[in-house]
Amino acid sequence: MDTQVIGHRTPRVDGEFKLTGQADYTVDWQVRDMLYGYPVSASIAHGTLKTLHLDTARAMPGVVDIFHHGHFPELYRASKNQVSEMRLPFEDERIHYDGQYIALVVAESFEQARAAAHTVQADYHQEEGARTSLLDTNQEGQLLESEGVSRGDPEKAFDEAPVTIDHTYDIAAESHMQMEMHATLAEWRDERLIVHESSQGVVYQHKAMARIFGLPEESVEVVSHYIGSGFGNKLFMWPHAVATAGAAQMLGRPVKTILPRQQDMESGGNRPASRQRLRLGAKQDGTLLSIRHDSTTETSFVHPYVDSLGSATPSLYACDNVAISQRLLEVNHGTPCPMRAPGETSGIHALETALDELAVELGMDPLELRRRNYAKNDPASGLPWSSKYLDDCYTNAAKRFGWEKRNPTPGAMRDGDEVIGWGMATACWPAMRLSCSARVELRDDGSVMAACGTQDIGTGTYTIVAQTVAELSGVPLKDIEVRLGESTLPAGPLSGGSMVTATALPAVAAALRNAFDALKEVATGENGAFEGCDPDNLEIEAGALVDKQGKRVSFGEILSQQKLGSVSGDGQAAPGDEKSQYSFRSFGAHFVEVRWDPGISRLRVARVVSSIDIGRAINPSAARNQVEGSIVMGIGMALTEKLDYDPRDGRLINNNYADYIVPCHADMPEIDVELPDNPDYTLNEFGARGVGEIGLTGIAAAIGNAVYHATGKRIREFPITLEKVMDT
Amino acid sequence: MRSFAFSAAENVDQAIIACESNNAEASYIAGGTTLIDLVKLDVMRPERVIDLNRLPLKEVERLDDGRLRIGALVSNTDLAHHPLVTEHYPLLSQALLAGASTQLRNMATTAGNIMQRTRCPYFRDVAAACNKRDPGSGCDALGGINRMHALLGTSEHCIATHPSDMCVAMAALGATLTLEGPNGIREIAFGDFHRLPMDRPDLEHELEPNELITHITLDTPVVGGGSHYLKLRDRASYEFALASAAVVVAVEDGVIRDARLALGGVATKPWQAMEAEQALTGQPAKTESFEKAAEIALADALPREHNAFKVPLARQAILRALEKATQAAMNS
Ligand SMILES: Cc1cc2nc3c(=O)[nH]c(=O)nc-3n(C[C@H](O)[C@H](O)[C@H](O)COP(=O)(O)OP(=O)(O)OC[C@H]3O[C@@H](n4cnc5c(N)ncnc54)[C@H](O)[C@@H]3O)c2cc1C
Ligand code: SF4
Repeated sequence: MDTQVIGHRTPRVDGEFKLTGQADYTVDWQVRDMLYGYPVSASIAHGTLKTLHLDTARAMPGVVDIFHHGHFPELYRASKNQVSEMRLPFEDERIHYDGQYIALVVAESFEQARAAAHTVQADYHQEEGARTSLLDTNQEGQLLESEGVSRGDPEKAFDEAPVTIDHTYDIAAESHMQMEMHATLAEWRDERLIVHESSQGVVYQHKAMARIFGLPEESVEVVSHYIGSGFGNKLFMWPHAVATAGAAQMLGRPVKTILPRQQDMESGGNRPASRQRLRLGAKQDGTLLSIRHDSTTETSFVHPYVDSLGSATPSLYACDNVAISQRLLEVNHGTPCPMRAPGETSGIHALETALDELAVELGMDPLELRRRNYAKNDPASGLPWSSKYLDDCYTNAAKRFGWEKRNPTPGAMRDGDEVIGWGMATACWPAMRLSCSARVELRDDGSVMAACGTQDIGTGTYTIVAQTVAELSGVPLKDIEVRLGESTLPAGPLSGGSMVTATALPAVAAALRNAFDALKEVATGENGAFEGCDPDNLEIEAGALVDKQGKRVSFGEILSQQKLGSVSGDGQAAPGDEKSQYSFRSFGAHFVEVRWDPGISRLRVARVVSSIDIGRAINPSAARNQVEGSIVMGIGMALTEKLDYDPRDGRLINNNYADYIVPCHADMPEIDVELPDNPDYTLNEFGARGVGEIGLTGIAAAIGNAVYHATGKRIREFPITLEKVMDT
Repeated sequence: MRSFAFSAAENVDQAIIACESNNAEASYIAGGTTLIDLVKLDVMRPERVIDLNRLPLKEVERLDDGRLRIGALVSNTDLAHHPLVTEHYPLLSQALLAGASTQLRNMATTAGNIMQRTRCPYFRDVAAACNKRDPGSGCDALGGINRMHALLGTSEHCIATHPSDMCVAMAALGATLTLEGPNGIREIAFGDFHRLPMDRPDLEHELEPNELITHITLDTPVVGGGSHYLKLRDRASYEFALASAAVVVAVEDGVIRDARLALGGVATKPWQAMEAEQALTGQPAKTESFEKAAEIALADALPREHNAFKVPLARQAILRALEKATQAAMNS
């Protein structure tokens, strides 16, 4: 396809709204008579609530009511796939994690609600034996049969393999640390519940709310026009939203709750800690004979969330003998939830580290080892890949990086006080697509409106929808309005799984084509601009219809002539049977340089070169931005990020941006991202596979591998804080 | 955040009177970057807050005796970039710029920085036991996560670090604080201002109730001294020190004539390593002397469960800072 707008760097169509403050984020919404909720959270992780002392708070200025167990509406539970935490707020007096809500103070102002919430005292019956972290215990957890995979005879192959490695890798629990806090504004209007929520899934939340409050689905509306990201923790609704809607119902006034960072980190989702054992067997030439990947990860006591750690492993490399197992251990933490490239970020980390260890064992270049085991088809399904250019990614990124100059001996490359370490890893993430609806309206002023009930979480969905419309209609971007983030719009997907692009754009295109058909009908009908003409002989060109003789009439004129304000088209798009013919994944490669100054134990990432094949990038600026952001997140995962749960009682002690350490500007390495343009038309007509997550997979492993190359130390417990590598 | 009464003082007397005038717990506010943070967490609970920002204490001036007098309200940014500081006390400038972030430094003041509270997470969590916040309640850090905590100057009642970078430079440079209160003006040596926690970690300094800091006067600069502030931390910026070293050395014919060494991130107060300073004086400016000094400086280090790595880390900070300062001295 020779494209004019798609595939070209396009500034955000919503950029101006964000810069000028017109973008209406959830917390910006003010409605008449609105009250503010502020949750009171438990300060123990395991036990029961005995008494709540509310008298002081009740007497504080502005306080309207305080909700808690025994003073809250009776509600229904949603199903486990609809919400992040199935337990309803204040359901009983059991405390399952530090930060669990024990009350919601509602007051006339945010400050009043917060001040009163701080005065609430609670007596607990604290129980011994809180499970503070998977990594603090020897408990194995429960085996999940559904996650198991087995092919060949990996045990026998391992036992017979000339070269083997067997290591265990730990990754600490991480926080999403999205910029915008979780927030809800709930308003009841004539038995209708209207919710503004910073949400990655308005359609899902509206269904969940309807179920919890026992309402018909059409009586609930969820709005989320702008989202300050979520990285997965806003995919499904959390209890603060239910508590807020329940309070608003009981009080008959709108209530807005904005979580403070502390509560957001305690109870608003996390990436669970994991422990993974990798056993690899190989021939001397590097051919993989056996892969066994056994992982355990955490979940909470209130929701059975599972991060699937081993799901990429059977597909990444050609190997006949593979076994995957996964266990799940309940711990006294707030419920984990998907966090950018959930499961596979952790799983690929372990696999890619183990491969580096194997390469060392074999005395082989780690890139060469990966090439030796290149999977031409998907070894898991036996199907061909829809499109795979990983070999190009390896070659191009290695070249840009200068990999051929690598001296394999650890610590051999130096620059002044610093030792240089080079490491690499493969990146991979499934390419998914779901069914989706959309609506497009062509208007008499020449503008076009496209609507879909998905959301733009900051990644640029508004822009790529506008690009799609511009591409197919020839209408300039400035005349295109995109509406997203409302559950009343035609149902669209969650902003998760890197699937919005592949899912929503075909639906928008279908709706647009239906709108064109409607327009042609108008144009060829009685008194129409092309009266009597065969609609099939009309082409779309730059916002106009054109016939074979070259006569052109703009959309707007066609409609005005007929005294029509607009015509519209609804469109659906769904995956076909391509999944039975192909396996769909995106692949890429990261190359990393770290600098280690052993004299002062300073470890920094200096340079990252990545080549990530995502099919066609609809908007290369936004796509590159996603990969760069993933790399930054991966640096945090590799070097600093860790939720510190006190091993005595499971309380989270670093629940803020100062103590939970994410990379800052001064930590930014040189980042060079290449997005080779290999459109994948088997997934959709635009050839796009999505880009939000893949960049995070493999990056922490590449950093760890580079650290090994610099220091000769293999750190198997992430993050690699400096005490783990320093010379003592 | 609880409500408090707020008033702005126009001059020092007014500030003192406002603070004194009734029994309600009062607090001065300068940049507010420590105070408001802790008020929001309900850790500090002033009933009255007196704003010092209108006080005429924003000058940096050189006194006739060569010392540098800094007004209490000079911002960390202004101080770091003041020509008299960058020229005569580059160590102080370096230390200031290693602290916090640009936005925080723009707000933070010199006196506020001296008075900043610890970053111990248990101190900042009102549900935890903390002798500093709630005397006699215990110390959750002792048996808890204490990676960031102190090695030097600790007690069984508190092991929290003093988090300031600026103060580490001041401890090395030598300074005098001018305090003003209901009983008049007095001076105190910088090294005597902060207290060790001992059995009363809640008493952090020698300021009397209602007294305020009006000036900080730096000792005359070390003649011919080279200096270096080295801060080792988990990320490259906007992060407190795991260990830091502030060094000034004057070298003559390869021999150390004068040495100043103070440590941050590892001690309960800005830590002047006096014995190490003495051990350096008169010794050759070489690695062996530096190693000896580091050993002396850390001889009393008492590591806890998660911070033992800070002993070698502080040693590394001392060695590298001494090397760099020596190079600077030789090049000057
Ligand atoms: C996220 C974060 C990161 C930080 N990182 C660093 C870092 O890396 N290095 C570092 O050194 N610091 C760091 N800081 C701390 C920062 O330097 C201090 O908060 C700041 O210096 C305090 O100054 P202020 O003027 O804002 O004090 P305020 O908050 O106004 O006051 C602090 C205390 O001093 C008292 N006070 C203020 N002025 C006077 C006076 N004249 N006389 C008597 N008492 C007075 C107040 O009553 C209050 O108790 C960080 C702070 C934050 C929030
Ligand atoms: S170390 Fe000090 S500040 Fe921290 S909990 Fe113990 S007493 Fe409190």
